[in-house]
Amino acid sequence: MVGGRRLGRRALLLAGVGPAAAVGWALGQAGDVLDGGVVTERTQWVGELGLAVDLRLDGFGLLMLALVSGIGVLVFAYAWRYFGSPSAALGRLAGLLGLFAGAMFGLVVADNLLVLYVCWELTSITSYLLIGNADRDPEARSAALHALLVTGAGGLAMLGGFVLLGQAAGTYRLSALVADPPAGGTVTAGLVLVLVGAFTKSAQYPFHSWLPAAMVAPTPISAYLHSAAMVKAGVYLIARLAPAFAAVGPWRPLVATVGLVTMVAGGLRALRPTDLKQLLAFGTVSQLGFLVVLVGVGRPEATVAGCALLLAHGLFKAALFMVVGIVDHQAGTRDVREIGPLGAGWGPTKAVAVVAAASMAGLPPLAGFLSKEAAYEAFVHGGTGDRVILAGLVVGSMLTVAYSLRFVAALVRAPEPGPRPEAAERVGANGRPEGEPATSSASSTPAAAAPAERAPAPAPAGGFLAPAAVLAAATFVLGVAPSLLSELVDAGAHTLDAAAHAHLRLWHGVTATLGLTALTLAGGALLYAARRPVATVQAVLAPQPTGADVYQAVLRGVTRTADMVTGVAQPGSLPLYISVIVLTAALVPGAGLVLGTWWPGWPDVIGEIAYLPAVGLLVGGAVASALATRRFTAALLLGVVGYGMALLFVVLGAPDLALTQFAIETLSVVLFLLVLRRLPDRFERRTPVPRQLVRAGVAATVAAFVFVLAIAAPAARTDAPVSGEMVERAEPDAGGRNVVNVILVDMRGLDTLGEITVLATAAVGATAVARVGRRPRSETEEP
Amino acid sequence: MRRSLIVDTSVHFIFYSVLVLSLYLLFAGHNQPGGGFVGGLVAGAAVGLRYIAGGIDAVREASPVRPWTILGVGLLIAAVTAAVPLALGEALFESAVVDWRLPGLGEVHATTALIFDIGVYFVVVGLMLMVFEAFGDDPEEVQR
Repeated sequence: MVGGRRLGRRALLLAGVGPAAAVGWALGQAGDVLDGGVVTERTQWVGELGLAVDLRLDGFGLLMLALVSGIGVLVFAYAWRYFGSPSAALGRLAGLLGLFAGAMFGLVVADNLLVLYVCWELTSITSYLLIGNADRDPEARSAALHALLVTGAGGLAMLGGFVLLGQAAGTYRLSALVADPPAGGTVTAGLVLVLVGAFTKSAQYPFHSWLPAAMVAPTPISAYLHSAAMVKAGVYLIARLAPAFAAVGPWRPLVATVGLVTMVAGGLRALRPTDLKQLLAFGTVSQLGFLVVLVGVGRPEATVAGCALLLAHGLFKAALFMVVGIVDHQAGTRDVREIGPLGAGWGPTKAVAVVAAASMAGLPPLAGFLSKEAAYEAFVHGGTGDRVILAGLVVGSMLTVAYSLRFVAALVRAPEPGPRPEAAERVGANGRPEGEPATSSASSTPAAAAPAERAPAPAPAGGFLAPAAVLAAATFVLGVAPSLLSELVDAGAHTLDAAAHAHLRLWHGVTATLGLTALTLAGGALLYAARRPVATVQAVLAPQPTGADVYQAVLRGVTRTADMVTGVAQPGSLPLYISVIVLTAALVPGAGLVLGTWWPGWPDVIGEIAYLPAVGLLVGGAVASALATRRFTAALLLGVVGYGMALLFVVLGAPDLALTQFAIETLSVVLFLLVLRRLPDRFERRTPVPRQLVRAGVAATVAAFVFVLAIAAPAARTDAPVSGEMVERAEPDAGGRNVVNVILVDMRGLDTLGEITVLATAAVGATAVARVGRRPRSETEEP
Repeated sequence: MRRSLIVDTSVHFIFYSVLVLSLYLLFAGHNQPGGGFVGGLVAGAAVGLRYIAGGIDAVREASPVRPWTILGVGLLIAAVTAAVPLALGEALFESAVVDWRLPGLGEVHATTALIFDIGVYFVVVGLMLMVFEAFGDDPEEVQR
């Protein structure tokens, strides 16, 4: 990241080129795609596997692309002001943001499930690195790991689901899969797995807890990854698959239940935190649940509402995050009990916050209102199931109104009353982003940061607020010009579901939907007005194990299980390891040997008289070595066995082997002695008798196996040996008469290269092992 | 460490004789029993003799460069020899036969595989030196 240091903040400009180009390209294709056209690209990846990079841009892809790249550009502009002082970490951050934007782009245009998966995992990895941006902060590191483990596990489940779907359909092309959906048990299983992946990515209950934890990341990251772009990936995938698969088995009940639980539980949780960023995080969880319900039920009207909310949510939530970042940056805190009063010059910021929060609450005439109206409209005419969903949506939206009010009040009004947080608690809650000027940092000077003594926070510069203002303005424009929003949403929803047509209007007349909206607003206002009693009730009713607790418990469980397994499988006893290894080596092939036709009859017992002395040396040495009481004697007797073997090679007419065997044996004895100097002179003789018997049994089994194998192996040949050809070709092809050597350095040269590499590695390893715990004498003992 | 004059002196002569033998094995290897691997082992045995006579210091004196340098150079020679034919458009490990008439030596018949074998020889020698280096220093000295 040297480049990052030199470039400073300009690294952000460089990394921002990607999303900007994407926006430009998308605009160029927009006319075509909005008319129902489709842009496709295909590049061969692994031809042998039929794997190709299929890219496809349709209406829904364009909608997502506008969202992720458009907001991406604004986030880069925002980050320019947010990170005041350049640092090496900023270069890294900019690079990762650019990489993330690219991965997100790929995810949206990928038409191949496996390409989509690769991009999906890339966003998980960049998210991990970006959450852990403050890499010396243990909280940031654990939050990053939390996000990676949860989304990574979900991603693996999803990959399994993709494979099941792809095999069932005979194609990995998303468009083909949806156009001609397969059916059957494997498809159902695959879909559930894919849903698990989507739920983890989009922070649905019970996997949601990584998202609030991820708020330790700098605010531009939160605004981009954890509200506008990455967490929408799960929603995106569900939206793609829902029209084709919503009717399959458990899809609809699963999606509706998980989405509604997430929406309501997330909304409830958003009423509690005093950290504004946490409030927004739980609000995001809640809204993601809303989105999952809308795009997941797979009905045209709901799909339209989902597309509208997708766009509206991206706009208002990114704007709100940016506002929190501005407040944090200028005032040095984002705790509702400490902020404010924000005085002169803060007017525009407050206006942006109010507009965005009003859109979140669903007030007319903003984009959020249109999408929520459409959502109610989609379920208001249906049967019992629809009414249950509708009730859940209304309750969830009431909570949304309530926490939106809390958010606005924290900025507009005086600080929320409540016990002043302890300094230490504040340090933990704020988690200041790295690279930010610590002008009025609560964490660096906790003693001087009490709210009463703080100077009024300086108002942000216009350029700092501009990106958020653009988003708020877009929210407003799309709200007052429903036809524009309609056209965008229609193009998206129509490609998902041919029956979907958007007719978003501000005024539908006095309908049941309007009544529900009024109910929602009134209920939300009531919840906010009665926030004290509500908080009390919540404190009593709050489920004790929170999502984060569950995650921690699972993590501890996995670690403990791994400890137990390791304790059983790796007890640290060398005799046990050796017994297991040699017994496995003897019994597994031994069983195959005995079950097959294996006995070729006894070979010639004594071929030549000259074998006898060699065999005598071998047997005598081996027996004596086993009986020896001193290690030194045993090592020497093993050497005798080796020399006996070499002698046998000589008698059998293999001078090369004999030569090597002699050299090896000599050196082995020398090396044995080097090591033996450090061990006790005599073997431990107090081994209990039962254990001795077990060892004797193991040794006898292995010996019997080797004996039988040696007799059976020569008779088991089914093909002609290759040695004949090697002998024939050694002289003419390789110019050598010593066939053994020609094989080593020429015919099987690659093997030899591998072997000497192993030798070199072993030499380095042995040196390292021998030197553990001691320094070279030259460093420690010389004065 | 107590040193014996007889052992010292005889090892001094034997060491170089054994080294020459190891070189002979290395170069003769392609046509007669021998080769880089055996040659390297024999050279390692020669080093072992020095160790018996003079301990780890005598082993260190035997080589002007550090053991890991020998090991690395050997591996490099072997890998480069294996890869050069690729650069020339041939298959990996393709070898060529060379026949030169050198003054004083007469007809020399060799193949490029010999260079690979020299790499193997160095790797084995380096390995042996490293093992002595790793385990050969006196335990008492270490504890002191």
